[in-house]
Amino acid sequence: MAFTAPNETFAGKVFAVDAGLDKKIVFGGENVLPFHLFEGSVPNRPVIAYEIQDVPPADWPETIRKAYDAVSGDPVTWAKHCQDKLGAKAIALRLVGTHPDRENRSPEDAAKTVSDVLAAISVPLIILGSNHVEKDAAVLMAAATAAKDKNCFLGKAQEENYKTIVAACMANNLKLIAMSQLDINLSKQLNILITQMGFNKENLVTDPMCSALGYGLDYTYSVMERIRLAALTQNDVTMQMPMLADVGINSWKAKESQASEEDLPIGGALEPRAISWEAVTACALMIAGSELLIMRHPEAINAVEKFIDELM
Amino acid sequence: MALSGVEIFKLLPKTNCKKCGHPTCLAFAMKLAQRQASLDLCPDVSEEAKKVLGEASAPPIRPVVLGAGDKAVKMGEETVLFRHDKTFVNPCAIAVEVKDTMSADELNAIADQVLNSEIDRVGQKIRIDAILVSNASGDAGKFEAAVKTITAKAPAVALILSTTDPAAAEAAVKVAAAGKPLLYGANESNAEAMANVAKTHKVSLGVAAKDLDGLTALTDKIKGLGVEDMVLDSGARTAKEILRDNTYIRRAALKKGNKSVGFPVITFAQRDDANLETLIASLGITKYSSIVVLSSIERWKSLALFVLRQNIYTNPQVPLQVKQDIYKIGTPSNDAPLLITSNFSLTYFIVSGEIEGSKVPVRLAVLDTEGLSVLTGWAAGKFTASKIAQFIQESGIEKEISHKELIIPGYVAILSGSIEDKLPGWKITVGPREANGLPAFLKARTN
Repeated sequence: MAFTAPNETFAGKVFAVDAGLDKKIVFGGENVLPFHLFEGSVPNRPVIAYEIQDVPPADWPETIRKAYDAVSGDPVTWAKHCQDKLGAKAIALRLVGTHPDRENRSPEDAAKTVSDVLAAISVPLIILGSNHVEKDAAVLMAAATAAKDKNCFLGKAQEENYKTIVAACMANNLKLIAMSQLDINLSKQLNILITQMGFNKENLVTDPMCSALGYGLDYTYSVMERIRLAALTQNDVTMQMPMLADVGINSWKAKESQASEEDLPIGGALEPRAISWEAVTACALMIAGSELLIMRHPEAINAVEKFIDELM
Repeated sequence: MALSGVEIFKLLPKTNCKKCGHPTCLAFAMKLAQRQASLDLCPDVSEEAKKVLGEASAPPIRPVVLGAGDKAVKMGEETVLFRHDKTFVNPCAIAVEVKDTMSADELNAIADQVLNSEIDRVGQKIRIDAILVSNASGDAGKFEAAVKTITAKAPAVALILSTTDPAAAEAAVKVAAAGKPLLYGANESNAEAMANVAKTHKVSLGVAAKDLDGLTALTDKIKGLGVEDMVLDSGARTAKEILRDNTYIRRAALKKGNKSVGFPVITFAQRDDANLETLIASLGITKYSSIVVLSSIERWKSLALFVLRQNIYTNPQVPLQVKQDIYKIGTPSNDAPLLITSNFSLTYFIVSGEIEGSKVPVRLAVLDTEGLSVLTGWAAGKFTASKIAQFIQESGIEKEISHKELIIPGYVAILSGSIEDKLPGWKITVGPREANGLPAFLKARTN
C-alpha cells in the first residue's frame, strides 16, 4: 500500500530579509516549518554570523578566547580574520566595551569602531549594544550614523529603549533586531510598537531571547516554534519576521563550556564539550525556527554549516 | 482514529449499572474518549464493542519496550507534534553501535563506557540506554559471539541486534532473549523469516525499508505475520530525509490515524565527523526519533545529547525545580557572601552560572518557590520575608558562616526591612536586579 504524504501548506510566510551591500546575505522567505523543503518553499538557508567585540575578549572562557588569540586585540583585525580566513558570511560586532560596568567606552568611540570595521570588510555587519538599555540607546544612535546606508543590522531594541533605536534605524536606512523577554506575546507586542512608529516590518528581525542548552533552551525552543506556527498557520503579519538566535554569548556562559574535565568529569574533555554545547544549542534553535544565528567558535560554526548542507 | 464519547457510548451496554465506577454509561464513554479510563472496567461490554473500541482506543503510536528490567526503555505513545501542546511522553533512547568485527577487548571497553555513562542532572538519572550490535562480519558465529560478550559484560543494558540474516538473528536472539532485545533487520527479502524469529522469541522487530511506501507495505505484511511490536526505519539517513520521514510518520500516525506507521522510529546518526554526528542525533531527539544510534559515546557528546533530550522532553507547563538548599559555588570560606534566590531551575542555572563566571566563591540559598521566578514568586507570596527568614533559620547556616549578611535580589529590595525584622541580628543587602549584574557586584565587594 502506498504511503499518503500528509503535507501541510500554510497561508502565511516568513519575510525574507537581506543585509549588506557587496556580499549580500538573505534569510527567511520560507512558507513552511524550518527545513520542510518537502512541502513548500525554503528559498534561503539560515545565516551564521561570527561574533566579535570592540574590546579584547578577556571575559571569554579560555577555549573560545584562544581560538582568536592572535587577532582579537583589535576589532578590525578580528573582523578581517573572520571574513578572510574563516569565510564568515556576516560579522556581528558586539559593543560590549560600552557597558558602564566594563570599559564604559563612549558612543563616539563605539561609532569609530563601527566605521573602522565597516571600512575593512565587505560582508554584512550586525551591530549590537552591550545590553544596557540606557547606554545602548546612546551608543546605537551614534553607531547608526556611522553605518548610514550600509544595510547593516542594528540591535537590540528592547521595550525600554526601542523608540530611540528605531528612530536611529529609520534615519540611517538600517535594519533592526528587536529583543523581548522569552514570551510570544511580548515579542508580538514589541513588533507592533516598532511598526507603529512607521518602521517597515520587513526590515525587522525578532530575537525572542536566546538561552543555552541546559539553561532554558526548552523555553526559547518552544517560544520560537510557537512564533513560527503563528506566522504560518494564522498568517499573522506581526509575527512573520525571521528570528535571531544569539547563541555564542549564551552557550559560552554555561558551566559546561568552561569547567575543566577535572571539575566536570561527567562532561569529558572540555574543548569538544564546549564546541558541541554551542553547536547543539544552535542546531536546536534552527530546527525551532531561527534563520539568523550569532556564534563564536569556528568549529561549532563549521559543524552547523555542514548540518545545514545536509538539511537543504 | 479516535472515537468521540458519543460514538463510544453507542457501543456500551447503556444499562447505567455503575459497575465501572462511573455514574452512567455516557460518563464512562466520555472518560474512555479522553483515555482516562480503561474498557476493562465494564464487565458487560460485548466482544464486538471490545474489538471496535480496542482498535480505536489503541494509542496512535504503539508503545514498544526496549530491553527488560528497571533499565528498560519505553518508546512510542506520543500524542503531539509540538512540545508546547503537551509534554512529549517517552524520551528518545540513545544507543551506541558496536560491530561483531571488533575484538572482545574493544567490545568490553564500549560496554564499560555504557555501564559508566549514568549521570544525575536536576534530579534525573540519565544514561546511554542501549547497545546496537551489528553483524558487520556477515558471519552468524561472530555475531553470536559478540552478543555473548556484550550480554556477559552488560546484562542489564538493552540490546539492538542488527542483522539481515535470519540464521544470525536466531542465534543471537537466543543468547539475549531474556533481555528483550530489539531485533533490527526485517526487510523486503527476509520479512517472513525475521518475523518468525521475533515471534518465536517474543521480541520486538525493527523494520527497514527504502522509503515510506516500502515501509507501509512491510509493516502491514509483518503485522499479518503476527508481530505487533515494531520499530521503523524508513531508510532516511541524511538530515533532510530524517526530518521529512520523521515528520511524515508522526503526522500520519497522529493526524491521519495511519496505523501502518504508528510505531516508534529508529534513526541512524553515525558520521565520521563527531560534531556532525552530534547534530544529526540532536535532530532525531528534537524531531520524533525514539532511538538514535551513535558511532561512539565520548562523554562530551553524551552530555550534550542527554541535556538536549531533557530540555525537549521536559513538561513545558511545569517548570523544572531545584531542591531547596544552600549550595556552595566554588569553595566558599566561612566569610564568603551568602545570596538567596528562587528554585525555578532557570533562575538557579542563570544565577549560579553568573556566580561561577565571576569566580567569586559564594553560598547560594535556593528557596522553594514551587518553581516560580523571584518576582513572580514574590507576587504569589512564595518569595516572602517570612519564608526567607524561616528557611535561613532552619538551615542552620548561622553556625556554618562567620557573618550574618544575606544578599537578596534587587527586584525584591522592598523585602529588606521586613526580613531584618524577622531575622534579628542579620543585615540584608540588596543585590543587582538581574543575574548578569552579579559578577560586577561580587567583584566590587571583594576588592
